[in-house]
Amino acid sequence: MFASHLDKKAQTATPDLIPSRNGYGEGLLEAGKRDKRVVALSADLTESTRTLPFAEAFPERFVQVGIAEQNMAGVASGMAAMGKIPFMASYAMFSPGRNWEQIRTTIAYNNSNVKIIGAHAGISVGPDGATHQAIEDLAIMRVIPNMVVIAPCDVHEARKAELLATKYDGPVYIRVGRSETPVVSTPESPFAIGQAEIFYTKNPDLPQSVGIISTGVLAYNALMAAVELEKNNIGAGVLHIATIKPLDGEALGVFASAHDVLVTVEEHQITGGLGGAVAEYLSEHQPKRIIRLGIKDMFGQSGEPNELLAHYGLDVASIVDAAKQAVSAHSD
Amino acid sequence: MHYITSADVTRLELKANEIRQSIIEMLYEAKSGHTAGPLDMADIFTLLYFEVLRHDATNPNWEDRDRVILSNGHICPVLYATLAYAGYFPVEELMTLRKFGSRLQGHPHRESLPGLETTSGPLGSGLSQAVGMALAERIDNPYSTKYFYCLTGDGELNEGQIWEALMLAGKEKLNNLIMIVDRNGIQIDGDTQDVMPLEPLAEKFESFNFDVQEVDGHNIRAMNDAIGKAQAVYSQPSVIIAHTIASKGVDVFERDFRWHGNPPGKGPEDRVPRSEQEKIALQKLRTLAGTISTDDL
Repeated sequence: MFASHLDKKAQTATPDLIPSRNGYGEGLLEAGKRDKRVVALSADLTESTRTLPFAEAFPERFVQVGIAEQNMAGVASGMAAMGKIPFMASYAMFSPGRNWEQIRTTIAYNNSNVKIIGAHAGISVGPDGATHQAIEDLAIMRVIPNMVVIAPCDVHEARKAELLATKYDGPVYIRVGRSETPVVSTPESPFAIGQAEIFYTKNPDLPQSVGIISTGVLAYNALMAAVELEKNNIGAGVLHIATIKPLDGEALGVFASAHDVLVTVEEHQITGGLGGAVAEYLSEHQPKRIIRLGIKDMFGQSGEPNELLAHYGLDVASIVDAAKQAVSAHSD
Repeated sequence: MHYITSADVTRLELKANEIRQSIIEMLYEAKSGHTAGPLDMADIFTLLYFEVLRHDATNPNWEDRDRVILSNGHICPVLYATLAYAGYFPVEELMTLRKFGSRLQGHPHRESLPGLETTSGPLGSGLSQAVGMALAERIDNPYSTKYFYCLTGDGELNEGQIWEALMLAGKEKLNNLIMIVDRNGIQIDGDTQDVMPLEPLAEKFESFNFDVQEVDGHNIRAMNDAIGKAQAVYSQPSVIIAHTIASKGVDVFERDFRWHGNPPGKGPEDRVPRSEQEKIALQKLRTLAGTISTDDL
């Protein structure tokens, strides 16, 4: 059963399609209007990261650093030291990809109030190919102390994440995507940093069950897979974990207890990201069989987003197959 | 320009040597750390904290203070010693440098110690932060007379991030930014001209739209005048290339790149028994007041 707060069209085969990065742009502009301490930095990707509306509305609070992500991290830290709330946006492959050490030392160890937006994350970047497909960013950000890591499911969550990050005192990483992806939530859906949300509750009458855990823009595929599994008489639930760090262990524990097996779904390497975080937590607190879906220790390639998601086993059919196999193995 | 008298110069020179003395003692006690940079920057740090800066040791977070951003964090013994003598924390605490539980971390950690403006160590990051601070100040107060002093090494200029930051500072015409380069001519692996030649350095900075001055980094009056001129530059960021003698103050260490990253007692004097090395280092410290005796420790 779909959570009542979700978008009604997300419960059909024809959801609205909007890039999650648009939510960053909307949230940034809104935050800028509410709080004049908000400043934005861009490394020559102002339009595509959706920083442009802010830059046009508040040119005096916008810094164009040129193609220089390492400098951008330092400049943002310096601005935070003077009381600003800097948002620095680039493609995730370059920030935090290229400037990881600057983020680690100058922002995180320095406990600097900087918000880092990694746009064009995941393989759904598509035709640009593997050089531009950040599928390691959650891992490299999750291991840094002081850093909050969020992968919103859609445009609405991205906007909320931006606004909440403004109020949160400390470094935050927010991952958004390039492609048009399904709108799953609504402006009214609950969202808080560090809080996982049940998006789909399993039919308790079915004898076997699988718990699907998603992060980022694959939440819709997880939901459609749950619907399909229940048609096949397998109970399925969906837990959406937008905040990978700090992980909502309590919600994860309850969800894990309620299902026979778990499947994690992410547009990221299966090590170090959502699958890694879930496996680490559960192996310590309540060991459970977990099938991790994601990129399996390889690089991406050019292609349309949907072709790539199917190829790397992240489309609805692949999630359903993996879940069926997991349930079947569990009952053997 | 801030005028200083001959008496001021003498006072500052004596203070700088007091700080050098502490640096040697700190490193001797820590048994690790960098020697050359801290010793050769002692005059400049003294001039800044005891003459130039608008700051208040009893209120380290005073909003209107000038900012000193140490980019080459490894020379922190000179920053720590200067801050202690300026009243930010007890001088006795200097001897905890690099020890477990100390506020004086091997490289500066902003949240550990009052008076630190940033966390640094990995080279090339401080100038970006100084640029960010200077930009933020200009947003809030375009007519501010608050200055942002960024101190870098010369070997550090090998880092690409420095040149990214220089480009942005030039583009933004940050006249409140004053960069001071410790041009001591050495880095860990050797002389800078061998490891990675920097010259013509002044021309490089000029081409990035900086106002450039080259000064004797041990001449207190010349440095004071250069800082005064840098403050007066209207529409450009400034850089002062401070020519210094690596390890200034200790005859046997001076100009030798092998003292960049070694503490007294662990340097290149391998023909001398180790037990004697520590004594040598201390006995050879040259100060205006005379040579320090190991008996004083």
